[in-house]
Amino acid sequence: MRDRYALALGDDALVLAQRLGEWVARAPELEEDVALANIALDLLGQARTLLTYAGELEGAGRDEDVLAYWRDDRDFRNVLLVELPNGDFAVTMARQLLFAAYQYELYDRLRASTDDTLAAVAGKAVKEVHYHRDHATQWVLRLGDGTDESHRRMAEGLRAVWPYADELFDGDDVTAALSAEGVAVDPATLREPWTAYVGGVLAEAGLEPPADATPRRGGRRGLHTEQLGYLLAEMQHLHRSHPGVTW
Amino acid sequence: MAPTDQRADEREAAFYAIVDSDGRIEPRDDMPEAYRRTLVRQIAQHAHSEIIGMQPEGNWISRAPSLRRKAILLAKVQDEAGHGLYLYAAAETLGVSRDQLLDLLHTRKQKYSSIFNYPTLTWADVGAIGWLVDGAAITNQVPLTRCSYGPYARAMVRICKEESFHQRQGFEALLTLTRGTPAQKAMAQDALDRWWYPSLAMFGPPDSGEQVSGGHTEQSMRWGIKRFSNDELRQRFVDMTVPQSEVLGLSIPDPDLRWNEERGHYDFTAPDYDELFRVIKGDGPCNAQRLEHRVTAHADGAWVREAAAAYASKKREQAA
Repeated sequence: MRDRYALALGDDALVLAQRLGEWVARAPELEEDVALANIALDLLGQARTLLTYAGELEGAGRDEDVLAYWRDDRDFRNVLLVELPNGDFAVTMARQLLFAAYQYELYDRLRASTDDTLAAVAGKAVKEVHYHRDHATQWVLRLGDGTDESHRRMAEGLRAVWPYADELFDGDDVTAALSAEGVAVDPATLREPWTAYVGGVLAEAGLEPPADATPRRGGRRGLHTEQLGYLLAEMQHLHRSHPGVTW
Repeated sequence: MAPTDQRADEREAAFYAIVDSDGRIEPRDDMPEAYRRTLVRQIAQHAHSEIIGMQPEGNWISRAPSLRRKAILLAKVQDEAGHGLYLYAAAETLGVSRDQLLDLLHTRKQKYSSIFNYPTLTWADVGAIGWLVDGAAITNQVPLTRCSYGPYARAMVRICKEESFHQRQGFEALLTLTRGTPAQKAMAQDALDRWWYPSLAMFGPPDSGEQVSGGHTEQSMRWGIKRFSNDELRQRFVDMTVPQSEVLGLSIPDPDLRWNEERGHYDFTAPDYDELFRVIKGDGPCNAQRLEHRVTAHADGAWVREAAAAYASKKREQAA
């Protein structure tokens, strides 16, 4: 059961790293090429540790690459939010704010996990994610309170990703059992601090949380958006073209 | 002699005294206008090469065949963006802004290394770029750590350290391929076949023909900007790379490549300089694509930069 928990958190990080990597050499300024690559690298590092651990716990001989490259989309367990296409810079920053704010609260609590590996991953990652959250916060403020155009785009970006926020706080049989043991964090407990943080940023940026969004969910159960298939096709094709080799 | 002329002569003498004693010219020092212009052109071209160079390698981030290789590649491309940043900052000490230089790049008035106008068709190309292109860049750039202009020389110290790390990573990626399956080895050989001559061309036109192409070698050597000629650097690169190709078990695509005992160097076939000039003039396989990608990214980001500027000025007003 712990393997399924580690896999879900690892898939979140892996898929978002893949999305952010798409920004490299396309960012609005050179500093952002550096920043987005840096955030992608942090997430990829988290993904590698978590997938490796998931594979070890599973005990079926699957390493990080087997898990990343040889599962199809119905077997990925990431939340839908992280697989959403990048859109413009405002969409990406909205997605970053929502996800980093969630990951920050999660890792902050997971440091106290009774599972030493998860606690260690969280201890390292919480520092990285603190920066990711700050980076997204600064951009949401600049775009929300910048020009008329940036305000309009930021509000649209927020509307595009907002329906996917609810899923971050969904529990399932895995999180219920593991949080009872002190291994995992019950996602529902993250909603309040997340809402306080994100709400504060939006208020300062002059933005409203979208009110009438219908929540979208399913990623944790392997029910994804159509976009994930394309992301995985691109990510996996070369690895799968040469089965069993070393790179 | 008029007093102003005399002062100008004294300033020029002071400049050459520093250059000739292998000292460093710093931003506030007097320098001949032509020296400043040459440095701006060279540093800008170098900075542009770093940021355009992110494209052919960035092309493989999404498809890297293992998570470890993906991490290495992301870090490498991030380093290149960082190199672009230091170099634009070094150019700013000479009185030109990054925006001005990017404009010159986007309007084709300044160039970047012709090597990045070739496509990265397979994963092995990422290894070949690290091994050959970064290897050639290091050969060119190590002497620049002793360049007479202080900010450029210091930027190059850090850049060369990172480039030599990238070169080893590229070599190691290719070594893994050549020790792998026949398909992987063939992929590595194919990459070497395509990247060898363009890498040799990175050192520029041959010394004898440089006057024809409006070269700058002699003047740059006088100013302590350039230390070795194009052909000397090209030879150094070949001599360094041939033994490495033997370790890899790959064949350099040159039937006339052989060790010349008398010269103490490898003899080799020169790259096709006509091709080099065509690519420099804009007629390489990817010139249009690279520039269009760059211009589009910049244009798409305009509203973001405008928003950041507007926000910063609001904050300044609020603080005042």
